[in-house]
Amino acid sequence: MSADSVAHDTVEHGEGSWDGAGSPFKASYGKLMMWYFLLSDAFTFAGFLIAYGAIRFSMPTWPVPDFVFSTTPFGGHGLPLIFVTFMSFLLIISSVTMVRGVQEGHAENKNGVVFWMFLTIIGGAGFLGCQAWEWNNLIRTEHMSVTVNPFGTHIESGEYLEGDGHDIKAGDTFVAGDSYLIHQHDGHFAPLKYKTDAGVEKQQEFGPKSFGALFFFITGFHGFHVLSGVAFLIIIMLNVASGLYEKRKNGYEMVEKIGLYWHFVDLVWVFVFLVFYLL
Amino acid sequence: MAEVTTYNEEVLIEEHGYDDHFHDHHHGDKYQSNFITHYIFSMDHKVIAKQFLITGIFWGIIGAAMSIVFRLQLGFPEENMAWIKPILGKWIVVNQDGIGTLAPDFYYALVTMHGTILVFFVLTAGLSGTFSNLLIPLQIGARDMASPLLNMMSYWFFFLSGSLMFASLFLSTGPFSGGWTAYPPLSVLPAASSGSGAGMTLWATSLIFFVVSVLLGGINYITTVLNLRTKGMTMWRLPLTIWAFFITAIIGLLSFPVLISALLLTVFDRELGTSFFLSDIYIGGEALDRVGGSPILFQHLFWFLGHPEVYIIILPAMGLVSEVLSVHARKPIFGYKAMVYSILAIAFLSFIVWAHHMFMSGVNPFIANFFVIFTLIIAVPSAVKVFNWIATLYGGNIRFNSASLYSIGFVSMFISGGLTGIFLGNSAIDIQMHDTYFVVAHFHIVMGIAAFFGMFAGIYHWFPKMFGRFMNETLGRLHFWGTIISAYMIFWPMHYMGMAGVPRRYYSFEAFDAFSHFDEMNKFITVFAIISFAFQILFVINFFYSIWKGKVVTTKNPWGANTLEWTTPINAGHGNWPGRIPSVNRWAYDYGKDGVEFTPQIVPLKEGEVDGH
Repeated sequence: MSADSVAHDTVEHGEGSWDGAGSPFKASYGKLMMWYFLLSDAFTFAGFLIAYGAIRFSMPTWPVPDFVFSTTPFGGHGLPLIFVTFMSFLLIISSVTMVRGVQEGHAENKNGVVFWMFLTIIGGAGFLGCQAWEWNNLIRTEHMSVTVNPFGTHIESGEYLEGDGHDIKAGDTFVAGDSYLIHQHDGHFAPLKYKTDAGVEKQQEFGPKSFGALFFFITGFHGFHVLSGVAFLIIIMLNVASGLYEKRKNGYEMVEKIGLYWHFVDLVWVFVFLVFYLL
Repeated sequence: MAEVTTYNEEVLIEEHGYDDHFHDHHHGDKYQSNFITHYIFSMDHKVIAKQFLITGIFWGIIGAAMSIVFRLQLGFPEENMAWIKPILGKWIVVNQDGIGTLAPDFYYALVTMHGTILVFFVLTAGLSGTFSNLLIPLQIGARDMASPLLNMMSYWFFFLSGSLMFASLFLSTGPFSGGWTAYPPLSVLPAASSGSGAGMTLWATSLIFFVVSVLLGGINYITTVLNLRTKGMTMWRLPLTIWAFFITAIIGLLSFPVLISALLLTVFDRELGTSFFLSDIYIGGEALDRVGGSPILFQHLFWFLGHPEVYIIILPAMGLVSEVLSVHARKPIFGYKAMVYSILAIAFLSFIVWAHHMFMSGVNPFIANFFVIFTLIIAVPSAVKVFNWIATLYGGNIRFNSASLYSIGFVSMFISGGLTGIFLGNSAIDIQMHDTYFVVAHFHIVMGIAAFFGMFAGIYHWFPKMFGRFMNETLGRLHFWGTIISAYMIFWPMHYMGMAGVPRRYYSFEAFDAFSHFDEMNKFITVFAIISFAFQILFVINFFYSIWKGKVVTTKNPWGANTLEWTTPINAGHGNWPGRIPSVNRWAYDYGKDGVEFTPQIVPLKEGEVDGH
């Protein structure tokens, strides 16, 4: 980036002053630009989350996250939010390692920067791996797509008249607010018949399809940010290892900039986690 | 024209200037060593500004020509249009008697493209892109933008965006035709209209690239204003142009990303069958299986950008006008700080009024009250600015030239269009007025013509800085009088049509007897639209003629202005100042102070002299 910049040798003058010939926020132009980019990106995510809220609260029912996200790799079942907690933990830990990398950068310790950045990349890639598994599980095993949502929610209490060979047996009772997954048999969805407490015979209905659309869209958009972040982390780590930033003697500012981005992606995940998994 | 001054700029810059060691690093100019790096992939902000301007003029001609075609349809629906068939091809349908008529589908495409092109490509990129690029580094005393590379990319993303939109004009199904606001379902369902298929795909892709361009530019402008001001250039010494561009960039930074949200959700609805913006749609009596979304949600997301967007258009024009008026009235701008605070107030309010575009979309009337109140409050900072412009002119020794005439014309237009905004901002009156020609008249005057006037003022005023030559003054004045008269002749009658309930966006009024007495008025409007177009061609001729053949600028500071751009060499190279960067010692508006006609910002304060305002 330095090759294209012409007027940045001025930074030392009047540092922290608004009187000109200095940077009022004691930050270089590149760091400021990263902040402003993140600010704009925050508005894009805010747009999505507001769309999520608007659509969700216009729906009569919404799948219960504790039920939807209760599967783990290696056949774990009935473990609400355990797997997403693990992947969120990975991402948050990768923010911690990122902080350590930036710290080593300020200390001009090249090997330290590479080591902690490497751990950050592992964390980010691990998160992406978890997300890939989660998507794969939802799409391949549970048959949710952007247009079909087999996760429904009962609006009245009752008793099942048949079983699905998975979790539900004939005679099982349920109350309003319980969620269910409509399983596929031989490639077709097989909604179960049940009788409500009022004695009416009904069958399971699909949940609001915007659930799947919003889930894949918003977590996908976030995952794309993580993927780009990992790509940039790798490039910058290689540049660090090659000694490119050592020569600049600016405390590995490039590492600090990608660090800002990484923390932002982490922070966005907190909100995504909140709306999809906790609420 | 320039006064004999008692100081020498070069000496002042050498003595008081500020050495950034720029020339130690840059022997020769590796950035502009050949034709391609100088004129095409240039990183010099001055060249990028010209690229934005000329691309903007290109789009301006196309957008205006489109309006002439649909005005012909509105003014002279009976006339034979077969003569434009060589250009518009199958969009002119010729019957067996040889009488050509405009295809209704294409009428909507023309209106849509006219809006999109003018709002985004001409009045956002062409106006803010041009003058932010040209003036920010020059007026704050910087060598270039903070990141010249991102600045160059900003232009080329705009170019890419424009190319896609241009390509969509040649589709067999026509460009997008659902209105520049791209409301679903017209923008989501390809079956909705002929332009909703490939036309909308290109429209959405084009606008996504456009937002990238705006953000790359805006992030650069903000950072440059904050970090690269020269020594002594405090925020309170910034010319009002820079304040306007700075705040404009902030508004863009916070509103355009939300358009990205809306467009990406639209793309999902189009391409993957989701239903974020669809519910209860019937085609041919059949209910579509696209439920659960809300078209109103799109309107909220769109207008969260859409309303700030009108201030992204008008604030740069206001900044340019403030500077040009002050220079040519030879008086300090009246109420400098009030001007800055009103820009800030307008910027803040612009984010909490968006739903006044949606009063008739089924918004809860109690929520509408909130938006009515904040909308009407915008009249306060706007009126402060108008008062200050008039007070700046009052008692001034005004030089009436093309630039200052356009600035005064801007104030006139802004008042005329602003007053009708007070009507439309009331949700009760809007029941009668919405989607009529009253709205068309209002926004064309207040943000279309007014922004154009600001842009013209800027072009006539800074043309000497851009090209080292003057534009022809006689043609410039002719252009001004021709434009202001025809602009009022076009849009003034529309108010009456709107009050009588004539709806906008209609292809023809033949079926409505109630509106038949407006036929003559529609002819009148169309005639003046054509006259206005002719005067714009005059401007384009003047512009390009003057680039090569205009009167050569012989002094650095032909207008006798105070700001820093006039201390650079007449044809400034990359880096703007040949030696040191000038330092700044006073605000930008010392005109007529202590009996001196003008005192540039680089002149040190005298013993005991108090700076500014």
